[in-house]
Amino acid sequence: MTATLAPPPRSKPKAANRFRAFARRWWHQLTSMRTALLLLLALALAAIPGSTFPQRTISAVDVANYYDEHPDLAPWLDRLWAFDVYTSPWFSAIYLLLMISLAGCIVPRLGVHWKALRAKVPDAPKRMSILPYHRVVAVEANQSMARAVLKQRRWRTTVREAEDGTVTFAAEKGHLRETGNLLFHTSIIFMLVGVAVGSLMSWYGNRILSEDKAYCNNLQQYDEYGLGAWVDETSLPRFCLTLNDFDAQFTNGGPTAYDADVAYETADGSGDYGLEVNHPLNIDGTNVFLIGHGYTAVVTYTDRYGQTQTLHQELLAMDAAMNSEGAFKFPDANVDPETGRVDADAEVGFDAILVPTYDDATAMLLGTDPELNNPVLALTAYTGDLGLADGQPESVYAINEAQVASGNLERVNDQVEVIGLGDAMTLPDGTTLTFDGVEQYAVLQVRHDPGRPVVLAGAILLLGGLLPALAVRRRRFWIRWNPDGTVETAGLNRNDYDGLDEECDELTAAIAPGYEPPPASDSDDPTGSQQ
Amino acid sequence: MTGAEAANALFVAAIILFAGAMFAYAVEYAFDKRAPKRSKQLAVVGAESTADDGAEIGAPAGEAPISPAAARGAGRLGLILTFLGTAALAASIVTRVVYTGRWPWGNMFEYTVGVALAGMITWLVLVSKGSVPRRLGLFATFAVTMVLGTSVRVYTEAGPLVPALDSYWIVIHVTAAIAASGILLIGCVFAILHLVKRRFDRQVSDGKPIRFPLDVAERLPDATALERLTFKIHVFAFPLLTFGIFAGAVWADLAWGRYWNWDPKEVWAFIAWVVYAAYLHARVSGRSAKANAPWIAILGYAVMLFNLTAVNLVFGGLHSYAGV
Ligand code: HEM
Repeated sequence: MTATLAPPPRSKPKAANRFRAFARRWWHQLTSMRTALLLLLALALAAIPGSTFPQRTISAVDVANYYDEHPDLAPWLDRLWAFDVYTSPWFSAIYLLLMISLAGCIVPRLGVHWKALRAKVPDAPKRMSILPYHRVVAVEANQSMARAVLKQRRWRTTVREAEDGTVTFAAEKGHLRETGNLLFHTSIIFMLVGVAVGSLMSWYGNRILSEDKAYCNNLQQYDEYGLGAWVDETSLPRFCLTLNDFDAQFTNGGPTAYDADVAYETADGSGDYGLEVNHPLNIDGTNVFLIGHGYTAVVTYTDRYGQTQTLHQELLAMDAAMNSEGAFKFPDANVDPETGRVDADAEVGFDAILVPTYDDATAMLLGTDPELNNPVLALTAYTGDLGLADGQPESVYAINEAQVASGNLERVNDQVEVIGLGDAMTLPDGTTLTFDGVEQYAVLQVRHDPGRPVVLAGAILLLGGLLPALAVRRRRFWIRWNPDGTVETAGLNRNDYDGLDEECDELTAAIAPGYEPPPASDSDDPTGSQQ
Repeated sequence: MTGAEAANALFVAAIILFAGAMFAYAVEYAFDKRAPKRSKQLAVVGAESTADDGAEIGAPAGEAPISPAAARGAGRLGLILTFLGTAALAASIVTRVVYTGRWPWGNMFEYTVGVALAGMITWLVLVSKGSVPRRLGLFATFAVTMVLGTSVRVYTEAGPLVPALDSYWIVIHVTAAIAASGILLIGCVFAILHLVKRRFDRQVSDGKPIRFPLDVAERLPDATALERLTFKIHVFAFPLLTFGIFAGAVWADLAWGRYWNWDPKEVWAFIAWVVYAAYLHARVSGRSAKANAPWIAILGYAVMLFNLTAVNLVFGGLHSYAGV
């Protein structure tokens, strides 16, 4: 209170002091174990919404669906970053605080540990009998032997000689625990740096590629892509990929292996690769993954003037049995080759479902077997204006519903028509669509993430630090040669450790041959089984 | 009998053996009354009330329907049955491997059976090292039998695997996760036993009457010993859990092209890991945090169970193609 009443010039150093004290107190608070504990629990809690709400980074489609299903709630959730939990300010705030707390914890401990590693081992108290382990050795103990034993077992030893002739060996072991602990905590920060590098400098693209098709690595040729903030899209590596062959193997109606034969071409050369799930292709640090597959239908449309067009159209799987849906669109059909006149209802489209194994013994259209044992197409035809010319982005996998609703596109058959391989569907105007074949396509993901090796190295260091941090025990051991000729040994645990007595007895026996450890007393019953 | 039938028969045998073991341990637990009525330090605190409580807690040994020696015999039988049950469970898994020609962690049923096996092995190691009294097998076999009973509800016919699961990294990943879950299951049992015993001790020192079911805690080891054991088990399992998660990330990197995607399974694995890290910190963060640490450990296991069950069944995500 007095400080606020004091004149401004004099209060300045005081305010600064107070600020410093305040800051120190907060810093102390932030870097305390209790805060770390609370922040850890807060982080666990904050991660939960990411599993209950769809996340944009995982599936933008699911987020859009959520908006459709909960039109009132969704915008509010969005304002709370519920669809971007792991990049949200509140999630970031927690883990940044945790990182600051962590750094504030590590740095002073590094200094302390560095000093401890070089410091002399403290002397035993005058009355060694107050230590948890204490023995008076009746047989002779030789100093040079003790020195050798401690050295051989890697105890850091400090020797002290008092004026009265007392000699004390102070030995210590287990600094590796704190080394491991610091390594462990540091590598958490290290891993986070790797993740940050990844999110800024990585890029990926997804591409559906049918057999015998090729594409080159630029963003226009991807069905979907993402770029980190620091990635220049013109600097993507140059390469092209061709899918020569795709083979899916099935056992009892379930897929067991996918193999994609790809050829790649880079500025430096070319090669072939057998791409499999879990077996990516690495092109100069950019990885190509096989993440899925699907069927491509091959159909031929013969129009009113006898002109044919063959389409290889990828279809999207709807379920595990690979029943797949899509659309065949022929916007350039039914143009009179002589006059160039376009009929008003010229454009033709088909809504299609491919059933890999159709069973006509059942009433079900959809099959249960993903293998191509009896493929059929279930078709609905439309004529009129497909709506491709309006400049709006169009799904190639579906007929434009708006065009149907507005009457610009007219449905031709009320009943879905099912045709087998080699068969044709004939429209009322005499035009036909034949089902020529089924090919396969691969879903490829191409990804480059320079943060990956950093994260991996961090993970290895983390485990390498965690093991000694948990398994190693820090303990001390003293031997004292008293002027009266007696020898005492004593031990002290710095960590929770059951084997101290055994280890110290063993050491005592090693330096004083003939020493007999006392039998284990009844009270040493850690499990309480004798109670 | 086909391979699948043999595997199922062995599985059923294991459940029966564990149930038998549980019963035998229960006999030992209830009737081996060599132990004094109170643990040492409490005998001092609650000395005045010992006499009345003693009458309340149970009949004197002489009047027990089963003698302490016979009870100990039952305990030994329980241990033998536990060994046999564990062997049957392992044999069931091996039979499945031979029959399907693939590694045995392909779906939720197989995963759960693996967790039960890992838990039982952990228990047998603890008993044979002398770290725990045999009669506590009652609680271990109970927990494992519950896990096995649950696994039946998600039983899946042994079949082939989808291509993404065909990688040795997922073998490593799932094996580590199963081992960690099994060990943590036993750790969770001890955390609960510790809390029960602590409650019991507090009732005794407050001079309050002890009713069923809390009176069961009388024969538990000392609360401090239970707490230390809980800690040791978690310390052993935590690096394994960490390694399991990392191995999963390596596999995800190979299969899906990204090492971490915040898939629901990953989210909950992360949460479990963070909760266990919080447990390890709580234990060194002063008295009151240490007292709460066992609750954090139990929370950790609740998250593990949630991840195993609810995430597979409710959330879906990329991991769900491992089959229910
Ligand atoms: C991302 C956050 C953190 C994680 C995941 C984490 C994890 C862990 C784990 C698993 C251990 C057990 C290893 C051992 O006992 O040596 C541990 C121990 C420890 N942590 Fe952390 N920690 C975090 C943050 C912090 C912070 C912020 C502090 C400082 C306040 C801290 C201080 C310690 C200390 C002193 C130990 C040693 C405990 C002992 O005596 O055994 N940690 N930590």
